[in-house]
Amino acid sequence: MTRATRTPPSQAQRAARFVLGRITFYVGSSLFAAFFVLPLLWLTVAPFSTLANLDLRLPDPWSLQNFERVFENGFAIRALVQNSMIQGFGAMLLVTLTATLAAYALSRANIPGTTAITYGLVLFSSVVTGTAAMVPIFLMIVQLGLIDTHLGVILVFTGGLLPAAVFIMRDFVDSIPRSYEESAMVAGASSWRVFRDIALPIVRPGMMVVGVWAFVQVWGGFLIPFILLRDADKMPASVAIYSFYTEAGTPLITLTAAYSLLYTLPVLLLYLFVNWRYGFRFFGGIKS
Amino acid sequence: MQRRPILSLPTGALFMLPAGIFIVAFILLPFFWIAAVSFTNRTLTGRTAVNPEFVGLDNYLRLFDASRFLNSGEFGASLLITGQFVFFSAIIGQAFLGLALAWFFFNRKGWIQNTVTTIAIIAWIMPDVVVAFAWFAFLNGDGGTLNQILGFFGLPTPDWLLDLPLVSVIIFNIWRGTAFSMLLFSSALGAIPPSYLETANVVGASTWQRLRDIILPMIRSHIVTALILITLWTFNTFTPFLLTGGGPSYQTEVVSIYTYRTAFQFFRFGSGAAVGMVMMIINLGFALVYLSLLRTQRRSA
Amino acid sequence: MLRTIRTLLVTLVLAATIAHAQNLSITFRGVAGGVNAQLVEWITSYVIPTFEANNPGVNVELIEFGGSDEQLKQQYALDLAVGGGADIMGFDGFWIPEFVEGGLLQPLNVVGGPSVDAWEGWSQIPDGLESLMAFGGERYGIANGTDFRMIHLRYDVMEEAGIENPEAWQPTSWEEVLDAARILKQANPNSYPLQINAGTSMGEATTMQGYYMLLLGTGHFLLDEDGKWIVRSQGILDALDLYETIYVEEELGDPRIQLVQDGRNRSFANFRDGATAMLVEGDWFYRGPTSPGQEFEVANRDEVMGWTKMPAQAPGAGLRGQDFVTISGGTGFALNPNSDNGELAWELLAFMNSKEALDEAQKTQPRIRIRDDVPVPDAPFLTNTAAALGQYTTARPNQSVYAQVSYEAQLMTERVVSGEMTPEQAMNEYAQAVIELVGEENTVDLLN
Repeated sequence: MTRATRTPPSQAQRAARFVLGRITFYVGSSLFAAFFVLPLLWLTVAPFSTLANLDLRLPDPWSLQNFERVFENGFAIRALVQNSMIQGFGAMLLVTLTATLAAYALSRANIPGTTAITYGLVLFSSVVTGTAAMVPIFLMIVQLGLIDTHLGVILVFTGGLLPAAVFIMRDFVDSIPRSYEESAMVAGASSWRVFRDIALPIVRPGMMVVGVWAFVQVWGGFLIPFILLRDADKMPASVAIYSFYTEAGTPLITLTAAYSLLYTLPVLLLYLFVNWRYGFRFFGGIKS
Repeated sequence: MQRRPILSLPTGALFMLPAGIFIVAFILLPFFWIAAVSFTNRTLTGRTAVNPEFVGLDNYLRLFDASRFLNSGEFGASLLITGQFVFFSAIIGQAFLGLALAWFFFNRKGWIQNTVTTIAIIAWIMPDVVVAFAWFAFLNGDGGTLNQILGFFGLPTPDWLLDLPLVSVIIFNIWRGTAFSMLLFSSALGAIPPSYLETANVVGASTWQRLRDIILPMIRSHIVTALILITLWTFNTFTPFLLTGGGPSYQTEVVSIYTYRTAFQFFRFGSGAAVGMVMMIINLGFALVYLSLLRTQRRSA
Repeated sequence: MLRTIRTLLVTLVLAATIAHAQNLSITFRGVAGGVNAQLVEWITSYVIPTFEANNPGVNVELIEFGGSDEQLKQQYALDLAVGGGADIMGFDGFWIPEFVEGGLLQPLNVVGGPSVDAWEGWSQIPDGLESLMAFGGERYGIANGTDFRMIHLRYDVMEEAGIENPEAWQPTSWEEVLDAARILKQANPNSYPLQINAGTSMGEATTMQGYYMLLLGTGHFLLDEDGKWIVRSQGILDALDLYETIYVEEELGDPRIQLVQDGRNRSFANFRDGATAMLVEGDWFYRGPTSPGQEFEVANRDEVMGWTKMPAQAPGAGLRGQDFVTISGGTGFALNPNSDNGELAWELLAFMNSKEALDEAQKTQPRIRIRDDVPVPDAPFLTNTAAALGQYTTARPNQSVYAQVSYEAQLMTERVVSGEMTPEQAMNEYAQAVIELVGEENTVDLLN
């Protein structure tokens, strides 16, 4: 169809279009769902099978033996329920708070060249968080006396994630109307109170999105804790999962599958919680 | 038309201070270190660890040495691979599929919409090593999920990571990253005033016409942002390494893996840093191209 | 000022990590129930309690490491550069030169004091094995043992294909190896009977088990008698030609698994499943992956699996005029020069290498130990390998640039087996790369 139909559609045409629309919707939804779900199917059943196998087949019999053995690995369990949590929530808090403050300033103060600054930082951060920067970061953390500490890991993650977090957060702040803040200013409230009592509650869903995003990045991050930690008691799950690998560097399929499932659960729950409580979405859509 | 700022400049600066400290310490300082080291032959072990020498542009010239630029495992070959990887998985794949999903579920609520978007987001938030592991099984030669399905329909069942490695990591990356552009486009669509679309409905515009004439122009700046971010992220993603290690025979060695190999295999930080710098310049170029496209279109509109 | 603060901070970190006067730490690539579990077991259940009992007030800690060798090396380099790290560190012998040249390691007698040179154990360790952890005439550590490389065979598969009495089969030239592979391939066209590692994904396992095992058979090695790197030679060409025959022309081996990340495991799986009947690997392939309960356990192993020596290209054509070739490497432990308790650390290292401690280690992992006075337990496989191969063996060049040259050699084989280049082209690329690494004056071209 190259030209718009100018005559309004008839009743029958509408009905046909409706039915066709429903069919398209169901078929389309199924295809989309299949694309995203199929690669994960194996991971949902393999942990319950005692056979080391990459083929998709139902476990026979269903067994919790892999989980039992995973729980025997104290190192991996402590990594998951303690260390990853400390580092994940620590960085999440720091990133969200500092990014919100900075984004608020970028949005509400007339700082010149803010767009260029935010873009520039995102660019820099993409180079710096890569492998090439690990040496200067290691040396710096040593000089700060933070080697082999949770704090060192949290600080480095925070630095690396901040530019993108500010980028996303700025959009949330931009999209809230200024009128409330302006009337509060007229009433004589201080900048800090305006921020805390008026702006902060409104941008909270945005902070949640950025928080989840930051948590997810830390949760999966391997290189930073690996470079900065030494004590096995402080290693997070992203490093500990390799204790289920063999000498040749390949995973013990059964145990790695079980641990992978446990390892994914917290980010999943966090997302579901935030989505249920605040709605996991961007505000106006980030725009330049 | 500048409104009176809510924050004064000094207060604004104060608000930016905490983030600023982090960014200076963990982004800018390492960045300058990398920039400086890219002109030396610094290594982590061996003689040049103790006494690195200034080598001028050697590290850069070596990257662009024409006699082997396109040999497998060299920078040029890696750039070509990265180009295909970014073009197909980020620009075509993630942006297109993300827009398609956002458009498809636009103004629809209900469990189906919820379920599909949630699954897409799960793919996006799962830890790297776990998704790599899941995909390794998914693409496995004989009994992997994908080949079981293909086999069921009587289609060919290649050993994906061996026979079609680049295609595999492209599809993998589309799967992995689509949720972000979907979220972005969903909110962009949500910001379009409903009256525009209603008018279009009244005049009986087709779906395609609505998309082309109303929606795309309205969300153009969102598209540009999405393209910049996903291009940047796809350029720098290291996850394919977990799936293929860059192989077989360097066929999936995107630049992030090339950098890693240069910097860490023999701890040649000078060369690794040079690759990082070149990558940043390329990324900057992309961002500028996107932004200028936006600007010219705005002017012509 | 900045310098003072820096020194102060570094000292604080070290104080925190190395802690009080009588604490020692050991680290290496090993995890209980995982990588190198047998070594972990020996250290935690024997070495540490015994040493602590003999030295009251001393506290020894094992820091397990579950990552890859490359990752461990990277951590070591970073730690040593800032004055940190465990007191005793597990080292692969061929890492030592580059760490020493980087100023990161000190000789044993510098760290451990005069009692090092007076140690009774040195007289029990053959010079060749001592040199595994030495560089420039100085000892930096003590190896755990050494290894040899050979062709592992699946007797059952060979018999099925019509090769009679495989137990007695000893090829004396490459052609005989190829002939056997051809018979096997004919009997089962879908199989890949011969595996000689190639490509960069297998890393050092390609250089050691693949490239050298061929190159040595041509009478050449990496360096000539004057210590110059050989960048082009008929030997290199012959070795690459053999790769081409095996993987490209006749598909006697599977070229694809040389190129993928988990290729080495796939080759083990092929051997386990009988799809490969001849696999060139180290003796640890018997000790580790194929032994009972392991992932690549070969069912009925002692009846169906055995080994034979790798022949030279033709009788007498090998290095030093040998008929057969093999090469050895080794891992061990080195002392950290930053240790606060260098002498105590040496005492622990010496204890770990005492006859008493190694006798104990044989119970968890029987192997050829570094000391002559530690007998090999009842394991015919091990005693036979040492007796048969000891006389043929050689070691890698002990130079800091070695790892990079080795990588270039792996890349050269990869380019041939993937079909990207002819042997000649691949060799020329190798020549160019090596010249760049070591300087033209340190290389020699035997084809000119």
